[in-house]
Amino acid sequence: MWPRRQALRALGASLALPALTPAYAQFRVEISGVGATQIPIVLGRFRDEDRQPQSISAIVRADLERSGVFKIVDGPAPADENGLPDYNALRASGADAVVSGSASRLADGRIDVRFRLWDVVKGADQGGQSEPTLPADLRLSAHHISDQIYQKLTGERGIFSTRIAYVTKAPGKFTLRVTDADGENIQAALIDNQPIISPAWSPDGSELAYVTFHDKKAKVAIRNVHAGTTREVAAFKGSNSAPAFSPDGRTLAVTLSRDGGSHVYLMDRNGGNVRRITDSTGIDTEAKFSPDGAYIYFVSDRGGGPQIYKQPVGGGGATRVTFNGAYNISPALSPDGKLLAYINRGNGFKVMVMDLGTGDVRSVSDTNDDESPSFAPNSRYIIYATKADGRDVLMTTTTDGKFKSKLLESGLDIREPVWGPYGR
Amino acid sequence: MIKNSGKLLLALASVAVVAGCASTKLDKPAEVEKKDVTSTTTSQTTPSTGNSTVATTDQSSNMAPPITLDRVIYFDFDSYAVKDEFRPIVEAHANLLKSNPNAKEVAEGHTDERGGSEYNLALGQKRAEAVVQQMKVLGVGDSQLEAVSYGKERPAVDGHDEAAWAKNRRVELRSK
Repeated sequence: MWPRRQALRALGASLALPALTPAYAQFRVEISGVGATQIPIVLGRFRDEDRQPQSISAIVRADLERSGVFKIVDGPAPADENGLPDYNALRASGADAVVSGSASRLADGRIDVRFRLWDVVKGADQGGQSEPTLPADLRLSAHHISDQIYQKLTGERGIFSTRIAYVTKAPGKFTLRVTDADGENIQAALIDNQPIISPAWSPDGSELAYVTFHDKKAKVAIRNVHAGTTREVAAFKGSNSAPAFSPDGRTLAVTLSRDGGSHVYLMDRNGGNVRRITDSTGIDTEAKFSPDGAYIYFVSDRGGGPQIYKQPVGGGGATRVTFNGAYNISPALSPDGKLLAYINRGNGFKVMVMDLGTGDVRSVSDTNDDESPSFAPNSRYIIYATKADGRDVLMTTTTDGKFKSKLLESGLDIREPVWGPYGR
Repeated sequence: MIKNSGKLLLALASVAVVAGCASTKLDKPAEVEKKDVTSTTTSQTTPSTGNSTVATTDQSSNMAPPITLDRVIYFDFDSYAVKDEFRPIVEAHANLLKSNPNAKEVAEGHTDERGGSEYNLALGQKRAEAVVQQMKVLGVGDSQLEAVSYGKERPAVDGHDEAAWAKNRRVELRSK
């Protein structure tokens, strides 16, 4: 057996080949704005990638561009991971870093995807990786390279190999879909002729909880995305909705109307041990756990219009969190616990971000039909559904709202994106 | 169990469609009849035209009660109050259930398209529960009633203006 990953051995200098002029036409990355800091980087073509089903460097380039953290600049890249960078020429190009690599077919049919990153400012080799991969998994290998470049140059984990779940709606056909974080490799996890709403990832990325109307009322079910199996976890009298996993994956928060009104309940992940935890005469719904699992944030109209409240899971009163505007719904907590994203209705529906430390609130979208914000696992990006030029789109934005990328666009309704965890 | 009730619903649906055509009280019965046929055969793929009644265009019309009572109650924006003009509908269904103790009905709440899916689901639930509560006050047993919600997921008519929204803010009463 080959190890899935294998560190590159120290590699000697190879024959220096003339640098090729990059020609990337496969991807049209639609981005707007400028990231707060952008690292200029030269990305060479990967040796032999033209012989493989996917262009590794084009996928990495699109990842880096969509992140807002990098600016791809032209400059001389080594021919592959064994090459030696021309630091002086790279500095003249304005590059701070350079990447090159290769994609060679192995005797067993797999492809050995290799890359190396150099720090141009320091003139230092920053290491690389060799990942023998099946041809069908080439995109994932490319995203792994993007993750490593991101981590080495920013000090934070990359999210390029994560996935995003969302729902599309065509007449009489509702599909729960899972896509790679770059909007490619889209797969259908579930198709139904009745509505599907409110997908929620399990912390390990193996399951998606969601609300199904398959039996003519709202029930909560859980889909195992690997096995393709479904289990029903909440089908009480009335409506069952708004599932959210606790950070340890053992508990689900759901909204039930079995006792009259809509209130938040906790249950074991298999549906047992149901107990109500919110107490108001109004609506309580859309519960999300804080990353430490100690609180739920939820929407309640106990004060009139819908606002976001927080409450200790272990017992205790609710405190109001949002105060600006008469309608604030759909809370999402950043995994680092510092930010709260939600939807505010003013002149339109807009994604807002609150700094939970200071209480400061800012608008981060330039559209008016936003819904369902969800944080990337590294807390740096938010994905949301909205309309742009009359079409449904999934957008990502940096949490400061300065840099946006259109991930998916469709003539279908595209709704309720939810960013999956690290790993898969 | 599930398969059996599915068959029963199908049977009820055919009865309801026939009954619905025969008792439609509109000026142009011929035209209405044609729409009924269209909507029952292609309701999954044909968007409703907006000028038919909710009863004939709704995508789940197979739940209609076998007796042709009006069964749709409309609500004002941001409101859960059952307006006086719809009291007779609630009373008629309450009487039907009281005289048929084995009969069951579902009150299905709906909202217009504006706002979030989950909050609208809760708003539709609130509307459905308001109707159920009135029927309980009129003497219907708790076990005969269930309030559920589709939120904004199943509009009666397409469209993005107040005329469409007003037709979508509703509770539909269906036999179970």
